[in-house]
Amino acid sequence: MNALYDVILSAVEPKTKVLDLGCGDGTLLSYLKQHKQIQDFGVEIEFENIASCVQKGIPVYQGNIEEALFEFSDKAYDYVILSQTLQEIHNPLVVINEMLRVGKKAIVTFPNFGYWKIRAQLFFTGHSPRTKELPFEWYNTPNIRVITISDFKRLCTAQGYKILQGPNFLGNAFSQKGFFVLTV
Amino acid sequence: MTVLHTSPQHFTDFFPPNELVLESGQKIGPITLQYETYGTLNDSKSNAVLICHALSGDAHVSGVDLKDPTYVGWWDSFVGPGKAIDTNQFFVICSNVLGGCKGSTGPQSIDPKTQKPYGLTFPIMTIGDMVNAQEALIHWLGIESLHAVIGGSMGGMQALEWAIQFPSKVKRCIPIATTSRLSPQALAFDAVGRNAIISDPNYNKGHYYDQPNQPENGLAIARMIGHITYLSEESMDYKFGRKLQKKDDYGYDFSTDFQVESYLVYQGNKFGSRFDANSYVYLTKAISYFDLEKKYGSLESAFERIQSKMMVVSITSDWLYTPKESKAIVKALMKLNKQVTYCEINSDSGHDAFLIDHAHLGKVTRNFLMSEAS
Repeated sequence: MNALYDVILSAVEPKTKVLDLGCGDGTLLSYLKQHKQIQDFGVEIEFENIASCVQKGIPVYQGNIEEALFEFSDKAYDYVILSQTLQEIHNPLVVINEMLRVGKKAIVTFPNFGYWKIRAQLFFTGHSPRTKELPFEWYNTPNIRVITISDFKRLCTAQGYKILQGPNFLGNAFSQKGFFVLTV
Repeated sequence: MTVLHTSPQHFTDFFPPNELVLESGQKIGPITLQYETYGTLNDSKSNAVLICHALSGDAHVSGVDLKDPTYVGWWDSFVGPGKAIDTNQFFVICSNVLGGCKGSTGPQSIDPKTQKPYGLTFPIMTIGDMVNAQEALIHWLGIESLHAVIGGSMGGMQALEWAIQFPSKVKRCIPIATTSRLSPQALAFDAVGRNAIISDPNYNKGHYYDQPNQPENGLAIARMIGHITYLSEESMDYKFGRKLQKKDDYGYDFSTDFQVESYLVYQGNKFGSRFDANSYVYLTKAISYFDLEKKYGSLESAFERIQSKMMVVSITSDWLYTPKESKAIVKALMKLNKQVTYCEINSDSGHDAFLIDHAHLGKVTRNFLMSEAS
């Protein structure tokens, strides 16, 4: 299981209710269920992923994240997770606000464009960075947003989100991924 | 692949004075249900899957009828050995609904009190009443709880009522291309269909069974209207376009010009001779009356008692029972913290997609049936 899943796992209390936005084939949720006996629910848009979730016994809602979030009532979940998807979202502010309405805590992870290797790529090659995780060209990438850890921290301050867990001052340059646990 | 050879069976219950009390308060009995089963019930009687049919369906869901090799089940590509609903694994039951005309008690049946067909003296019955009658059959078969109840369209309405009325008897529930209440648009189409039948000169206020002429034209028109609602703009464009039927140019008269016309006439006539007009009137009335919010106060109070794991499936191009209506069901279940999955089948085939587009529906259904119960 990848390292990020373990970071998320450590942030989740056992026997809580977890909503995973963009849950893919349900791997993260079944990992959390296996180790923390959580009550799970996923939101996912791709049919094949829905079929995989059903196979794993994960209840899932087929639809886009922004639309689906409005279906949930206030504080229906202990945690709402948005893992490695923020960079694809059209209205990140709406989504994060909704996550904090629906969940007591929001867990957000994203590829950090402040990572030194990415900065170096841009600096030395002059081309938009490509990584193993984000191997796209600028014209075909589903990732419409370029986010750094410092950018995200600034957003949290401006919006008044409380950061319960997050990277330290070195994170922006030295972490490949941003990982935040937020509340209001 | 093995071919299933099936023959219908019959079950009769609700003998007076223990008639079935209908939602309207009226009573009816005895009631006979025609049903078919496929596969083998296991020793713990835990592998039974009940399939609820739609408006024009019957108990013959799969396989080939023993007496008539041309009579293939209405969901044969979906149900059978090795198929999405695998009869090697599950004991599949399908029964013709109360009010139907395919072997179950309906308006064409003989009223024991008068020794004549019921006709319009048959009591108005609801989706909930159909489910109560089915439950008696399931009970009689010795099945305490169903592995799953599945149905599309009117069958989906029955599946929902099953989960509400018999919460402890339904482990999994799959309502497909259905709604918790008809939209005014859908109500209107049903009303026009009933009007076409009732205004057929041969209808004779529902007492046509001993007449030389039957209200086949009215029924055919009702079916034609129905068929339009089962298709979509895209599927009609793809299937027929504006193509002419066996003609190079317009006839400049009122004969059939377009392929779409000829298709509807064919479907209408085929149906007119094989279905009972009164059944159509009664069943569409039951569909029109179906309104879980009215019956239970709200969707939340309807679903509160549900214990089954739910999978609600809609079809993107279905404008009769829209994805939005399925989402309303899902949303209410989510609010109540019920185990629910919502799945949208991407298809241009309209409402009928649940009968013809099997790849996606089959995959999620198979997976859902294999998943652990809640």
